[in-house]
Amino acid sequence: MADKVEFELVSPEKLLKSQPVDMVVVPGSEGDFGVLAGHSPMISTVRPGVIDVYEGDRIVDRVFVAGGFAEVTEARCTVLAEEAVALTDLDRAAVEKQIKDLSEDLDDSKSDAERAAAESKLAVARAKLDALTQTSAH
Amino acid sequence: MPNLKDLKNRIASVQSTRKITSAMKMVAASKLRRAQEQAEASGPYAERMGRMLSSLAANVQDSGNGPKLMTGTGADKVHLLVVISSDRGLCGAFNGSIVREAKRQITRLQGEGKTVKVLTVGRKGRDQLRREFASLIVESYEDVGRRRLGFSDADMVATKVLAMFDAGEFDVCSVIFNKFKSAISQIVTVQQLIPFAVPGEAAAATDEVKPLYEFEPDEEQILAELLPRNLSIQIYRALLESAASEQGARMTAMDNATRNAGDMINKLTITYNRTRQAYITKELIEIISGAEAL
Repeated sequence: MADKVEFELVSPEKLLKSQPVDMVVVPGSEGDFGVLAGHSPMISTVRPGVIDVYEGDRIVDRVFVAGGFAEVTEARCTVLAEEAVALTDLDRAAVEKQIKDLSEDLDDSKSDAERAAAESKLAVARAKLDALTQTSAH
Repeated sequence: MPNLKDLKNRIASVQSTRKITSAMKMVAASKLRRAQEQAEASGPYAERMGRMLSSLAANVQDSGNGPKLMTGTGADKVHLLVVISSDRGLCGAFNGSIVREAKRQITRLQGEGKTVKVLTVGRKGRDQLRREFASLIVESYEDVGRRRLGFSDADMVATKVLAMFDAGEFDVCSVIFNKFKSAISQIVTVQQLIPFAVPGEAAAATDEVKPLYEFEPDEEQILAELLPRNLSIQIYRALLESAASEQGARMTAMDNATRNAGDMINKLTITYNRTRQAYITKELIEIISGAEAL
């Protein structure tokens, strides 16, 4: 497996990662997909979840993203993320507290817009917790 | 003959003013550097998003029914102007030129019989526009990115704009901001946000080897998500440019103020010395003529 794919992770505030890797697994909105070199060109939306970066058969990096877009070409995989945190930097207690707070917000919300905003934030926080639960199970 | 003590006080006060302005200049210079770095850091995201948009737009335009954010509402009646200014003064013509341009646009649009609504970011712009066009201001934000400008600040503004658009409160949206050219030159820029003109569309069309993308889910759905994101990005870019311009303008203004204070100190010191000598001469004459009288 000599060919590598150029993986880029970009947030609005900066270019977070740009490195050649063997494979990345991106949580697409219609299911996770792995990108190897020579993948057919594709644009997909990304749901909140974890991006796994592979070197050989090993996962070398796991990054949580709160949704965004992925653009895949034969030589490149670009993920535009709204929020990206290395999984190791996530704090379980903080996330659990956030979920609790947001659930309260959801109960308190008055208008539809408020409810929708709280719901989407809650979904992101839940995805964070899921990601953490998964890693500790490994 | 001017009082020596008054002159001395005057010099001391100008000296302390000079200290303040030169400190402000230094602060502005370091903030400017940070703001510039931040503006550069946001480049890759905007560039890649532009690339995705143009390949998407090329596909959707063939089908002929793009989302409203791109094609517009079909009307051209109500205009929303997003005016980006600063919260603080002492930055030269920075806020003045923004407000002047905003007023010009408002008058022009009203002259064409259109309804204008204004959304201001920054205290100074709001205060100055409120005098004449208080009824037009629908929303104003202050203290945006006071510590450090984040994407969430831009998102907050974009969410408001989108909510208004979805509620059909305006047809066309433009943003007025100072584009950073250099520390001494900022260009007032008016950029249309809605309907969004896809960048590099012509370039994409002539690009022969453009890869054919698969879309997941379909083009329209992605575009429907991408366009609001793009709006936030455009606003974020405008805020960053404006922040860098503000610091640049302040740095220049404070540099001038420091230099003026220096000139003033020199002039005052000369007057002070002359006066002092005149006093001495006068006293000598008095002593000598007193001695001669004996």
